[in-house]
Amino acid sequence: MAERSFKAEVKHLRLGAGETFTGEGILAITKALLENGVGYVGGYQGAPISHLMDVLADAEELLSELDVRFEANASEAAAAAMLAASVHYPIRGAVTFKGPVGVNVASDALANLASSGVTGGALVIVGEDYGEGSSIMQERSHAFAMKSQFWLLDPRPNLPSIVKAVGDGFALSEASNTPVMLMVRIRACHVTGQFTASDNVRPPLSVREALATPQRDVSRIVLPPMSYAQEHDKINNRWPAAERFIRENRLNEVFGPGEAPVGIVCQGGMYNGVIRALQRLGLADLYGNTQVPIYCLNVTYPLLPDEYARFCEGKQAVLVVEEGQPEFIEQAFATMMLRSGATTRLHGKDIFPMVGEYTGQVMLDALETFLRRYAAEALPAQVRAPNTEAPAIPDLSKTVPIRPPGFCTGCPERPIFAAMKLVQKELGEHQISADIGCHLFASLPPFNIGGATMGYGLGPASNAAFDGGKAGGAEKRSIAVIGDGGFWHNGLSSSFGNMAFNKSDGVAVVVDNYYSAATGGQDVMSSRAKNPTKATNNPISKALKGIGIDWVRQVDRTYDVAGLRDIFREALTTDTPGPKVIVASSECMLNKQRREKPLRNAAIREGRRVEAPRFGVDEAVCTGDHACIRLSGCPSLSLKKLDDPLRDDPVASIDTSCVGCGNCGEVSEAAVLCPSFYEARVIHNPSPVERRLNGWRQGLIGWLARRRQSRRLSFEETAA
Amino acid sequence: MSANFPPPAESGSVIKLAILAVGGQGGGVLGGWIESLARAQGYAVQATSVAGVAQRTGATIYYLEMAPQGPVAPVFSLAPAAGDVDVMIAAEMMEAGRAILRGFVTPDRTVLIASTHRALAVSEKMVPGDGIADAAEVRAAAEVAARGLVLADFEAAALQAGSVISASLFGALAGSGALPFPTEAFEAAIRASGKGVDASLRAFAAGREAALAGNVPAPVLSSLPKTGGAAQGPTKLTQGWQTLVERVDSLAAPLRPMAMAGLRKVVDFQDLAYGAQYLDRLERAVRADSGSDAAFSIAAAKYLANAMAYDDVIRVADAKTRPERLDRIRAEMGGAEVMQLTEFTHPRAEEVVSLLPRALGQAIMDRPRLLGFIDRRVNKGRRLRTDRLLPFLQLHALASMRSWRMRSLRHADEMAHLDRWFEAALARAPRDLALATVTLQVRRLVKGYSDTHARGQAKFDRVMAAITLVEGRDDAADWARRLITSALQDEKGTALDGTIRTIESFLA
Repeated sequence: MAERSFKAEVKHLRLGAGETFTGEGILAITKALLENGVGYVGGYQGAPISHLMDVLADAEELLSELDVRFEANASEAAAAAMLAASVHYPIRGAVTFKGPVGVNVASDALANLASSGVTGGALVIVGEDYGEGSSIMQERSHAFAMKSQFWLLDPRPNLPSIVKAVGDGFALSEASNTPVMLMVRIRACHVTGQFTASDNVRPPLSVREALATPQRDVSRIVLPPMSYAQEHDKINNRWPAAERFIRENRLNEVFGPGEAPVGIVCQGGMYNGVIRALQRLGLADLYGNTQVPIYCLNVTYPLLPDEYARFCEGKQAVLVVEEGQPEFIEQAFATMMLRSGATTRLHGKDIFPMVGEYTGQVMLDALETFLRRYAAEALPAQVRAPNTEAPAIPDLSKTVPIRPPGFCTGCPERPIFAAMKLVQKELGEHQISADIGCHLFASLPPFNIGGATMGYGLGPASNAAFDGGKAGGAEKRSIAVIGDGGFWHNGLSSSFGNMAFNKSDGVAVVVDNYYSAATGGQDVMSSRAKNPTKATNNPISKALKGIGIDWVRQVDRTYDVAGLRDIFREALTTDTPGPKVIVASSECMLNKQRREKPLRNAAIREGRRVEAPRFGVDEAVCTGDHACIRLSGCPSLSLKKLDDPLRDDPVASIDTSCVGCGNCGEVSEAAVLCPSFYEARVIHNPSPVERRLNGWRQGLIGWLARRRQSRRLSFEETAA
Repeated sequence: MSANFPPPAESGSVIKLAILAVGGQGGGVLGGWIESLARAQGYAVQATSVAGVAQRTGATIYYLEMAPQGPVAPVFSLAPAAGDVDVMIAAEMMEAGRAILRGFVTPDRTVLIASTHRALAVSEKMVPGDGIADAAEVRAAAEVAARGLVLADFEAAALQAGSVISASLFGALAGSGALPFPTEAFEAAIRASGKGVDASLRAFAAGREAALAGNVPAPVLSSLPKTGGAAQGPTKLTQGWQTLVERVDSLAAPLRPMAMAGLRKVVDFQDLAYGAQYLDRLERAVRADSGSDAAFSIAAAKYLANAMAYDDVIRVADAKTRPERLDRIRAEMGGAEVMQLTEFTHPRAEEVVSLLPRALGQAIMDRPRLLGFIDRRVNKGRRLRTDRLLPFLQLHALASMRSWRMRSLRHADEMAHLDRWFEAALARAPRDLALATVTLQVRRLVKGYSDTHARGQAKFDRVMAAITLVEGRDDAADWARRLITSALQDEKGTALDGTIRTIESFLA
């Protein structure tokens, strides 16, 4: 079960023709898929399209009503491979994943799919994760479309345009026998808005029906000589067909006056940013009516030379608004202009920065520079010669601390890294590689553990050069960290298969939090939940044993810091040959709380006995060294300045968001820190016996404490 | 109700609103309320957010634009731009600072609504000293940068109402008048969401009231200690206390508050006789203090008290068995009737042996094998359920060893250490009073228990040694201060190493 439930929103997917849909971009995409008669859907979660997978999972009932098959694919490669159904069968299929990392993983299947060509419309919905808030390397998915030759849609970021792009994408795919990639940027995925719905359409041929009448077309198999023919087919037939479709159906849009000295060419996804900059320059109104012509590329690959040439006609200069690098579109236009001998000046990355997000300020600055050079008279006087002087705002760059992501309150991964930090204090620093997932936050303060991340499921593989370890004559072994999501995505084969086959002497830790947690808590093979449509409850340790790894230690409570530290020590020092794997399992606290909190509240309301633990710090005992925080970083473990003139440094303090996971106590015990921590476990609805016993105990304890108090001096404001 | 900051007439018809929050603060919920509010009021509205890993405790931005419904759909931007934000809501004080830093708060247009509470970043929390960022700087910048400013502790307002900060900030937005919608429409948006409505409405009202009260000045944490020496207890003790108080009263006025706080701490730690010893030492410092501002004496009053009230197991046991502690914890946990209380302790042989009489303790300390033998029996994590009688009695008995403390090995060690340090400071006073004062402040480095304590001691020793290198220079006190600051920057003492190397380089 995912972190966010879309059960309520899924109702909107049943809206009929003429009704108004209100909601988020990804939900609109799902609705558009159903309106376009999709036959099967799948994908792999990851920001910003995680919610698309969650919506699909929550909509399974509706999908099966419409005879649409949904798969939560094992990886992006599996998702892309699923599109093979559209190669031989006239069935529309759509898969979704994150770009460009998901596209990287999927590229093998995508390349084969593009070479084969498709009969039914094949749509790859890619959530492009570039710029602010991104969690991955900054690259463009665009290059994949160019190298494998599938078409790339980049619609304007509003719901009607995105919904239209889904339909256009399927039609374009079928018209040109080519898979189509629909790119939506991170904010467009989460943008809210409205569009007018159409009726949902059942697929004309469902995958169920197709199974009954299998089809094959030898010419679509990627084997010589067909593969050579496919390469020619791409250029001689599919490409012109695509160009024709794009031209005839006006997939690209032109806004603004027909004649002007300058023009702007932008990716569809950049359109709103361009309009905003023009609004601020006084050259466009709220509704997008612009005085500067805009050629908006809702299809960014392939590009149409004739359309572009027509836009350039009579213009002194055009500016290409293309985010990220390399500037593929600008280069393509430059080639076109050189070949045709056009005299219009081309600008783009000479005015815009080569790298980085096109933020509001970047866009404003670039457009202003461009317009000043070629059409200064068009700019309002206020822009041409601003006469207001902004007051100096104090510089806060040294004051405001950075706030990188970290483990949540009560996260079961925190004690794993606390134990690793402790074992490194004993045995020295080690070579540690990490994978993709929440555990990667350990590479940041306060843990500073792990220096490499080579891709999903590749943590242990990225330590392969060090696999020799002690057996190879080194003093120490390497350590690799991988999550359960990464384990099932690619880790079992690429990382653990690699370790086992090469008789690695290395140590690997599988952080098993019961979910693909970083992407929003989706189930994986080893999830403990009972999922009616997915096979869960398959232990990771069993899979490891299955590929011949025998030294496996299963830890079922990661909060046992001392225990974990001892297992790490054993793994790093044992003489046993072969890979040493620790499976550290405890449920993701975010998901656990979401699951258990309502149950617990209900139990308390109904009068059942419930224990609610929370931690605290004795201010009088804490000395303000913060060693506990350097082994924790928990959001609920913070600091407090005491109103005590004798104290210089703030003391540790635990706020009400503490979930009582126990890490503080375990760490202070294991690391021999200090006796400041206590756990207070409130008993809701205690039994009568318990209540009486407690009354008796507290009476006696209180009497003892007060008796001592009365025999000594006490001050109005004691430090305690 | 009057609006504080109505939207400026010329702002065009688009209202641009950004929310800067820490992951988990409910920024998405707040954004959802604002969106449904604007839609219900006949506005075209668009909301966006950047989801992803940033939501795991990182800084996250939500962004909304709205305009009255027109003939066609407006073209809205998907991200806030510097200098182009009408309403900025910051759910935490440093996030307000970040909003200003990123240019989202400008004097010509932005109403800044920010909660003054702090959610500390890891970088602020992990330094061994005080790494907390200065909220006053953010407040000062906000006063320059914002067209209208609503600052209050909306976190506290929400907690008091049994809700979360998203609701109190929504109330603050209503109270600010920055959106052209009536209060009832805001409340309707909360009701329409259907989740935790009553608590949310209470927090909404609290937030709105705080906003109507305007920019609330920052509470001033009294840096001056409380004066007055009122003490309760047996008559014999209160009389003895009075004698000590009279000695404090005879001190110079600026010194008195710190001396009183120190005296209380020391007497609370041990007894009246120990308090008298404290004053004896303090009076020596006063005699050596030739300065006009009593800075040396005040530092002595502070750090002598801290040095004399060292952190031993007796003090910990005492702190954990006081009646007011139990009451405080019970109150913090919501006044539960039945509550189990577990203390996490991890004594080592050193702690146990240091309680023994000086000679015996020292004899054991000098025999590593014997010490190791004891350590193997003692050294482990021990959890004491102090809501039960027997574990409580254990701590209670340990606390009663106060009377024994003065004869213990630990006490002898602490006093020897104290004397070396205090004498060094006194010896420096005639020549360089500023350096002597900083010498007293080096005591700040000694803190913690077990390894932490040992590390603190080591840093203390290194700083004391490094000070002798600069002694005699005009800028000796400045260098000594720099040594202390760098020693508090990180656990391993890397910054301190750097400072010492710098000193050595200009001495070479």
